[in-house]
Amino acid sequence: MTTIVNILIIVLISTGVLFSLVTAIGLVRLPDVYTRTHAASKSSTLGVLCILMGTTIHFWAVEGIFNTQMVIAIAFLFITAPVGGHLIGRASYVAGIKLADATVRDDLKGVFDQKTDIKK
Amino acid sequence: MRTNDVMLQTATKVVTFIILMFAVHIFFAGHYTPGGGFVGGLLTTSAIVLLMLAFDVKTVKKILPINYVIMTAVGLLIAIATAAASIIFDVPFFTHAYDYFDLPLFGKTSLHSAMLFDAGVYLVVVGVTMTIIQTIGEDE
Repeated sequence: MTTIVNILIIVLISTGVLFSLVTAIGLVRLPDVYTRTHAASKSSTLGVLCILMGTTIHFWAVEGIFNTQMVIAIAFLFITAPVGGHLIGRASYVAGIKLADATVRDDLKGVFDQKTDIKK
Repeated sequence: MRTNDVMLQTATKVVTFIILMFAVHIFFAGHYTPGGGFVGGLLTTSAIVLLMLAFDVKTVKKILPINYVIMTAVGLLIAIATAAASIIFDVPFFTHAYDYFDLPLFGKTSLHSAMLFDAGVYLVVVGVTMTIIQTIGEDE
């Protein structure tokens, strides 16, 4: 039983660390703001959630403490991190930051007036 | 004119209650675990500031019609009253007391008069930070 729980904890925390590393590499490697927020808001959320789940299970199964704040933190991050990424992306689009050169499609083109930053 | 921000407003409606509940938890947990009046007050303020960011200063003023200057004064009064109450029992200023009570829902609970002092700190922190933020925010 303890072995299974330990394997689960190790897998969860390693996955979380791996996803955080992928986030960092994505932030360095990707070409523009939008792809970077994509990397930062998705994989880092999953990475941090995996680490939190691993620590919750560790403290619950190994140490015998069930910490409800961890559950609240998981729910909170799951709600807020994508919203933060969305807001950063939208603010940069409204502010008129250029997309990467490799972009082939821009569905929002012409929706925002670039001079006044207001929806037409 | 503001652009449409349904995402932020909807997320705020859910998240604000989580932050407020967590603030209350931090406030009451302060005696035995990390936390207390100061952190609880700052968390409450952050929930109200999130509401202000997602909606409007005027809207938040309408849903929370609180005069934060008076709130600060009430907090200071509560703090000084808790400290002064020890004089009545013929012990030095700021002496606190505690006892165990059987509350109907919580069972055996230790109630400590330092909690009342912490409530004063909480009110002062919320009042002062909200006064600062409102004064800066309403720059017209």
